[in-house]
Amino acid sequence: SVCPGDTSVLAGLYGPAEAKISKELPDRAALEVLLRPKVGLPGVLERSREQLLRQTCEAVLLGVLHPRTAISLVLQVLSDAGSLLSCCLNAACMALLDAGLPLAALFCGVTCALQPDGTILLDPTARQEQEARAILTFAIASSNRKVLMATTKGSCSVEEMQQCLAAAQCAASTIFQFYRDSVRRRYSKC
Amino acid sequence: MAAERGTAAEALVGQVVLPGDLLLLPAHYDEDAEGERLRLSAGTAPQGRLLCGPGLRRSGAGLLVTKCGLLRHRPGGGGAYWVDSQQKRYVPVKGDHVIGIVTAKAGDVFRLDVGGSEPASLSYLAFEGATKRNRPNVQVGDLIYGQFVVANKDMEPEMVCIDSSGRSSGMGIIGQDGFLFKVSLGLIRKLLAPKCEIIQELSQLYPFELVLGMNGRIWVKAKTVQQTLIIVNILEACEYMTAEQRKQALAKLSGN
Repeated sequence: SVCPGDTSVLAGLYGPAEAKISKELPDRAALEVLLRPKVGLPGVLERSREQLLRQTCEAVLLGVLHPRTAISLVLQVLSDAGSLLSCCLNAACMALLDAGLPLAALFCGVTCALQPDGTILLDPTARQEQEARAILTFAIASSNRKVLMATTKGSCSVEEMQQCLAAAQCAASTIFQFYRDSVRRRYSKC
Repeated sequence: MAAERGTAAEALVGQVVLPGDLLLLPAHYDEDAEGERLRLSAGTAPQGRLLCGPGLRRSGAGLLVTKCGLLRHRPGGGGAYWVDSQQKRYVPVKGDHVIGIVTAKAGDVFRLDVGGSEPASLSYLAFEGATKRNRPNVQVGDLIYGQFVVANKDMEPEMVCIDSSGRSSGMGIIGQDGFLFKVSLGLIRKLLAPKCEIIQELSQLYPFELVLGMNGRIWVKAKTVQQTLIIVNILEACEYMTAEQRKQALAKLSGN
């Protein structure tokens, strides 16, 4: 489970397991993401987030090593205090890492909030998200800091988006260092 | 194409590596730094072949890490690099000895659950001394210890209970009683290492029979049910205990 601040998401990964004949792909693994909100049934917002997460994960996962299998990623939101999508992205990456699935690179999620006066806030709280003019979420890969996924809520100019992207890429280094430290702690007991 | 974050492979041996890390190989494997030149003459062959083990993939100038774990190196015979990672899910590999559970009998073939993504198949003739008239007595729910002869990502895995010379060498149907449980793959590899301390210490406690499957399954049988359960609990806890904690636990048990 990953919790920056008060937002907390629990991720579980199952696979590579047997896939249903209707869902299996002949040359790669079929990845399925299920996002469960804290209260209520999953709605359209969860579905769109699931698709974003799925496409990001498929970009880094080496699915060709496990054809005709199914990999299921289940995310349960434990508490939401802003920056939920980037928290889900980080949890998904750690779940893939922990399960030992072959990955071409790691990725992390960073949320930027663009205030009405033009300042950029990273990892905003729910209140800051409501007051912001635009909220941008980026998924950044560990190899060459490339952008895997970008989604925007609100409106902003191209220059502002570039600035947010640059800030997010800097923040990504901190998150990747956190991944490295967590993995180091886990393997220190062997 | 310069490797942005390539570090020498030897520098990272024994340390944690993450997917996406690029490892550069030492110079005598990769003569030309700018690109791979095809060697048409059989003149100077490289010194032995480097083996790229689990967790690593060949990519351009070096090796790309695909799983997180500790990087290991074996210097003999050309050298081998691999990543020691902890996982619970088993992926069938040719030559691995595993414990399978019979789930169905389909004509001449048994279907075994080995913990992978597909059930493995086992022909009834793949037992020592089995002929068309002399069939082995295998029921649904039995435990079988065998090895994979076919195990790749594209085909259904196939198992046999005889080795290449036709002898069973310990494989076959596992007897009645005993206890089957699942542990992580890293613990199995630790237990299978030669002169494993855990097994030696346990054998001084009670006599027992042990079958280790590379798919994370262990079958234990001791004289009484209580002794069997004690051994099961110790093996399961071994994953998280350090050596001193284990010695203390065993000392307490042998004192009782």
